[in-house]
Amino acid sequence: MKLRIKYAKTGRLKFIGHLDVMRYFQKAIRRAGLDVAYSQGFNPHQLITFAAPLGLGVTSEGEYFDGEFHSATTTEDMVNRLNAVMAEDMRVLDVRLLPDKAKTAMAVVSASDYLVSVRSGYYATETDRLFGHFQDFLEQKQIEIIKKTKKSEQLTDIRGMILEAHISAAQSFYMKLATGSIANLKPELVMEAYCNFLGISYDPFGFQVHRLETYMDGEQGELISLAAAGDILA
Amino acid sequence: MEKLALSDEILMTIEKPARYIGGEINHVKKDLSQVDIRFAMCFPDVYEIGMSHLGIQILYDMLNKRADTWCERVYSPWVDLDRVMREQKIPLFALESQTPIKAFDFLGITLQYEMCYTNILQVLDLSGIPLWASERTEDDPIVIGGGPCTYNPEPIADFFDMFYIGEGEVVYDTLLDLYKECRKNVWDRAAFLREAAKIPGIYVPSLYNVGYHPDGTISNFTPKYEDIPQKITKQVVMDMSDATYPEKPLVPFIKVTQDRAVLEVMRGCIRGCRFCQAGMIYRPVRNRSLEDLKRYAVEIIENTGHEEISLSSLSSSDFTELPELLNFLIEEMGERKVNISLPSLRIDAFSLDVMSKVQDIRRTSLTFAPEAGTQKQRNVINKGLTEEDIIEGARQAFLGGWNKVKLYFMLSQPFETYDDIAGIADLSERIAEVYYDTVPKEERTGGPVSITASASFFVPKPFTPFQWAPMDTMESFQEKAHFVKDRFREQLNKKRLRFTYHSADVSLLEGILARGDRRLAPVILEVYKNGGIFDAWSEFYSHERWMKAFENHNLDPEFYLTRERAEDELFPWDFIDIGVTKRFLLEEWHRAKEGRMTPNCRMSCSGCGVAKWGGGVCIEAKN
Ligand code: SF4
Repeated sequence: MKLRIKYAKTGRLKFIGHLDVMRYFQKAIRRAGLDVAYSQGFNPHQLITFAAPLGLGVTSEGEYFDGEFHSATTTEDMVNRLNAVMAEDMRVLDVRLLPDKAKTAMAVVSASDYLVSVRSGYYATETDRLFGHFQDFLEQKQIEIIKKTKKSEQLTDIRGMILEAHISAAQSFYMKLATGSIANLKPELVMEAYCNFLGISYDPFGFQVHRLETYMDGEQGELISLAAAGDILA
Repeated sequence: MEKLALSDEILMTIEKPARYIGGEINHVKKDLSQVDIRFAMCFPDVYEIGMSHLGIQILYDMLNKRADTWCERVYSPWVDLDRVMREQKIPLFALESQTPIKAFDFLGITLQYEMCYTNILQVLDLSGIPLWASERTEDDPIVIGGGPCTYNPEPIADFFDMFYIGEGEVVYDTLLDLYKECRKNVWDRAAFLREAAKIPGIYVPSLYNVGYHPDGTISNFTPKYEDIPQKITKQVVMDMSDATYPEKPLVPFIKVTQDRAVLEVMRGCIRGCRFCQAGMIYRPVRNRSLEDLKRYAVEIIENTGHEEISLSSLSSSDFTELPELLNFLIEEMGERKVNISLPSLRIDAFSLDVMSKVQDIRRTSLTFAPEAGTQKQRNVINKGLTEEDIIEGARQAFLGGWNKVKLYFMLSQPFETYDDIAGIADLSERIAEVYYDTVPKEERTGGPVSITASASFFVPKPFTPFQWAPMDTMESFQEKAHFVKDRFREQLNKKRLRFTYHSADVSLLEGILARGDRRLAPVILEVYKNGGIFDAWSEFYSHERWMKAFENHNLDPEFYLTRERAEDELFPWDFIDIGVTKRFLLEEWHRAKEGRMTPNCRMSCSGCGVAKWGGGVCIEAKN
C-alpha cells in the first residue's frame, strides 16, 4: 500500500540538505519499526520517494514523502511512533493512505505556499518601504529576472509563476508559487526581484523562508494539499 | 531549542553546516544545574572522521551514564570555519550545549594517529586554552589525552595535563570522583594533578624529569616526587562483560566515513605480527560473549536504524565464535534488511561461503594482506600467512565466482632484500595464473581477472619488536617501489596486474613523531603557528614546513628515523608498562633477524608478560 507522510523541518534542521533528509527518514522508519517495503537484491533500499526538495536554510511545515508499505496501522499510531524516534526540529504531522493508482508526490507537485520574513537586524531602516510597495510590485504585468544557469543567463518572466501573494498579518510576505518540474519558482528569486523593483540591495541573509504547504492539482484543476490526495487511517 | 553557537550567516556560508549544529539522534542532553562535571570529548579531526570512531561512542556513553557528569563532543572545525572563528574570535564550542569548551572541567582528546598533533593545538587555541600545559590557570579545563598515541605521548606531553593510558572503562570513575572531591575545597589544579598521578594508568607529564645523553638519547626519566610512580601501567578490562556497550550510538545527520552500526567483537589480537603496534598494546585478546553480541547487534540496529552493520576487531577470523555470530547476523539482519559489511576475514571455505551470502560477488574483491612478498620475509615479520594459504584461498574464491583480488604489502621492512620485494610481483603473477588454471575458459564470465597489489611505506612503532629498527629513507623506498613496478611489467599476465604505492612524505613525519621525544613539542608548535593543521589530509600537509621547523630547532629528523637504536637504549616510552615486557620484544627483534616465527597465543603461549594480569587468551584452556 502507498502511504504519504507529511512532516515539518524547522530550527537547526534547516541546515540538513535534501539527500541527508532522505537518509534520515530511512533510518527513522527503521527505528519506528514501520512495515516499509524494500527493493530486491544485495543492498535492499526502502521504496520511498520525496516531493519537492527544500533548499538549505529553508524551514517548512509542509514537506512530504511517499512510501510503499506492506501494512499500516492508524494515522495516529504511525505519527506517534515516528515522532517517538525523531530529532528535535523534525516532526511528522500526518500519514495518509493513497489510492493505489496515485502518482508519486514528486510527480504531482504543482505549487507551494511560503512565508518570507525579514530577519532581525536586516533592512531595519527600510521596513516601511519594504512592506509598503509589495502590491505595486505584484501589479506589474511582467516581472523579469535573470535566471542564471551554468552555461547562460536568461531573461525570464516570473509573474505567471506567482500564483498569489500579499503582506501577511505577521509583517511577512505570503506567497503561493509554482513548484515542480513544469514551472518552479523560489521565493528568494521573488524577493530579489522585489528588492530590485524597490531599488534597494538584496541581501540573501536578510530573509528567512518558511514553506507552509505543498500542493498538487485537484480533479477540477484547483490546488489541493498533497495530504488531501489520501485518506486518514482511522 | 537553545541558540546555536554559530549564526545563520556563518552556517550558510561554510561547507556542511550540519557538522556544527549537534542535536543528532541519541545525543545526550543534561540539565547543567544537575551536573558536577562537564567533560568535552574531542576527536581532533573533521566531524565525519570523528563521528565514525567507535571508541568515542563508548566513552561518551560511559561518561554520560554517570548522573553527575555530562559528556559532550567537539571536533576540529574544518578549515573554512577555522578561518571564520579566528577572524570573528568565536570560541570553540561543544555540540550538545553549543557553549564554549573553555568553561568545561575536562577536555579529553583522543589520539588516534600522529598526524593529528597540529589539530590538537588548533582545538586548544580556538578554545582559548593555553597551548603549553605549564601556562594554564585555575580557570582552564584539565586537558587529558587517550588512545593509541598515548603509548608514546612524549612529543605532545607538554601540551597535556595528563594522559590516560589504557582502556577508558577502568579508572575514569576513580579520576572523576577524585576531581569532584578536589573541587569541594578551594580548587588547586596542581594538587589535583599530583593526586591524579597516583591513579594507575594516569600519566601526568609535568611530574617527570627527562635527562638526555650528549648524543640525544635519554639518560633518565624520573618522577619529581617520591609518591609519583616510576612506571605507568596500562589499564585493561579483563572481563569484557564488564565493558559497557553503547546500545544507543549517535546517528549523525550527514554521511560520515563509517555510516553503520559497529559491533566490537573482541579486543587485542593473538597473532603477534612484529610490525603491528595494536597487536602488542592491546594484549591479551579478550572476547565479548556471543550472547552479549547478539543482543547488542539487535539493540543497536533498533536504536539507530542503520542499514548496515559491521564487525570491529583486529582480526575477526580469530574470534572463537565467529561462525555462530555470523550465522545469527545473516539470519537476523536479513530479515531486517540490514546489510552486513564484513571485515577482512582470512580467506577460507567458511569465509567465502559467508561472503557469497552477504555480498555481490561480482562487485566485491577479495582481500589478502601478505604484507611481504616471500615466505622468508613473512617469517621476519611473523605474518603467519603462507603462500599455500593465499594460493588455496584464491583458487577457492575463483571457483566461487570472484575475479578481483586485492593484496596489501609493506615496503622497506627490516631485513628485507630485493628478492623479497621481487616476490611481491611474483606472488601477484602466481595468483593470476591460478585463475587461468582453475577457471575454464567458458566460465570466465565476470570480466577478466584483476589483481591489485598496493604497498605502503613501513613505519617502525613503539612497543613493537621493530622499535629498534631504523626506518628506511625516502630515496631507498622510491627505488624499491620502482623496482617492484618494473618487475610487474615483466610478468606474463602483466595486463591483469596492477601495482600502486603510496610514497608520501607524511610517512616520514609519522616515523619521527611515533618514536619521538619531548624535544619535538616546540617543532609541532612552530608548524602549527605557521599554519599547519589537518596534516592527515594530503592537501594541507606541507613537508617543507615541518622540515624547516626541525631545522629551526636544531633537531635532525634522521635521529628519529634512520638511526640504529642500541638494544639497551632507554626509549621515551619505556616508562609505560603495557604488560608485554621489553625483554620479550627484544627476543622478538632477535628472532626477526634470524627469520624465526613465533607461534600465536592460541598455538602456544610465548610468555610475553601479559599473563600476569590473568585474563583473556592467557588463561583460555590450551591443549
Ligand atoms: S602471555 Fe602468552 S598467551 Fe598471553 S598474550 Fe602473551 S604470549 Fe599471548
